Amino acid sequence: MKNILVEKLPAWIFFFLIIAIWQTIVAQQWVPSYLLPSPREIIQTTIDNWTDIGSALLSTLLSIVWGLGLSFSIGVVLAITFFAVPLLRKAVLPFCIFFQTVPIIAIAPLLVIWFGFGQPTVKASAFIVSLFPILANTLTGLQQTDPQLKELFSLYKPNVLTTIFKLQIPSALPYILAGLRIAVGLSVIGAIVGEFIAGGGLGSLIDSARTQQRVDLVFSGVMMSSVLALALIFLIDLVTKLLLGKRPYLRKA
Amino acid sequence: MTAIFIEIKNLHKRFAIQPRDVINDLSLTLPHGESLSLLGPSGCGKTTLLRLIMGLEQPSAGSIEIEPTIAPHMSYVFQEPRLVPWRTTLENVLLPLELLKRDSAERCQHARELLQRLGLGAHSDRFPAELSGGMQMRAALARALITDPKLILLDEPFAALDERTRFRLQDLLHELKTTYALQYIFVTHSIAEAIYLGDRVLLLDQYGRQKLLTPVEIGPRSQDTKLSGPFNAMVKMLTQQFADIEQAA
Repeated sequence: MKNILVEKLPAWIFFFLIIAIWQTIVAQQWVPSYLLPSPREIIQTTIDNWTDIGSALLSTLLSIVWGLGLSFSIGVVLAITFFAVPLLRKAVLPFCIFFQTVPIIAIAPLLVIWFGFGQPTVKASAFIVSLFPILANTLTGLQQTDPQLKELFSLYKPNVLTTIFKLQIPSALPYILAGLRIAVGLSVIGAIVGEFIAGGGLGSLIDSARTQQRVDLVFSGVMMSSVLALALIFLIDLVTKLLLGKRPYLRKA
Repeated sequence: MTAIFIEIKNLHKRFAIQPRDVINDLSLTLPHGESLSLLGPSGCGKTTLLRLIMGLEQPSAGSIEIEPTIAPHMSYVFQEPRLVPWRTTLENVLLPLELLKRDSAERCQHARELLQRLGLGAHSDRFPAELSGGMQMRAALARALITDPKLILLDEPFAALDERTRFRLQDLLHELKTTYALQYIFVTHSIAEAIYLGDRVLLLDQYGRQKLLTPVEIGPRSQDTKLSGPFNAMVKMLTQQFADIEQAA
């Protein structure tokens, strides 16, 4: 516990330093507060508008959980399928790169046409941006299995599925989790962008605050979306720890 | 008991990137009840021969015949323990049975007894990273023994261990040979180890050409045997032959 504190201390000191400088710059009126509200002001705005912000936060969170859950399950299953059936991988994987390369802002209007305004479009948007890192990472992880262990398994001639479940998936866990952590950040972006276009959640809160010149409210929304991403990553780390227990899946032997 | 266990005829093995055969026209018969040491300098093809016997490599020419009743009862011990890092010692030992779909509560009990026997009884729920090198090797041995093999192929399994641990494992191997009525082929680059563990020693050179089959008649082994006259005479003789091979090269 002590070690963790020492480890994190520099980051916290830096954080408070930045906040202090920011607060000073605004308090001294070196920068007008209609361009850059002070941290204190942002927190005050957040508290004053908590009913709106809270419900927007919840709506965005729900869309992210949906989109991310979908991309995680589809991504992992797809990666395993591609790994087990190389021909399918060669045929389909190049087209999955579409999901990575397409700018989500460009297809968001299309999603609105397909799914209508509101949450379905936001979920789809969060799903599309977060699918590829999970798919690609899982596939890489499956392919990175220790060849020595693969040879050991081959001595006993197990079938392909047994090898995948007993060897390749456990070996790929660090990659899958790394992919999931990248996907969390992207799915928050996907959801907010989706909300800009389709409405609802923090995205539309930020957008409407912008049209009303409420910079403090914009900052509040931005802060909340970043808190959301951090909380999700924290939650994923916690759940992984609980699920894996003390088993050294993640440590390279 | 005189029936032939393994018969190797005119075996050749060449890897694509190499200009010459690693195994060059090797013929060998291994009768029932006999254990063999494979001795030779680095790069002489000891490991390759072992892998060919196990079926991990395919011969370029020639044949390896293994008695059909024996073939499914072969185990292999790699140069390194190769334990699965996220499995406990016990789970590692049970892995072959899981993969062969032969696991049962009874076999699990057997695995515990085996670990007990190999001095790992108190460590069965630890992970490989928590074990010492010698313990990991013993766990790998237990994993090779759990399938009740008739033949174990061992590829320099004790090379990385300290001497005392190595001696203890050598004796253990002797003991297992008697109790479980198993045979082994043991690869090593230590002359004394080859003589100590093998009923016969097959000497290979770097060019795969010269092969030497030396019968060893020393009788029952114990670590004291290594101090005896016949044992040392044998070491001296093999050392000479080793030197001759290197001269010829």
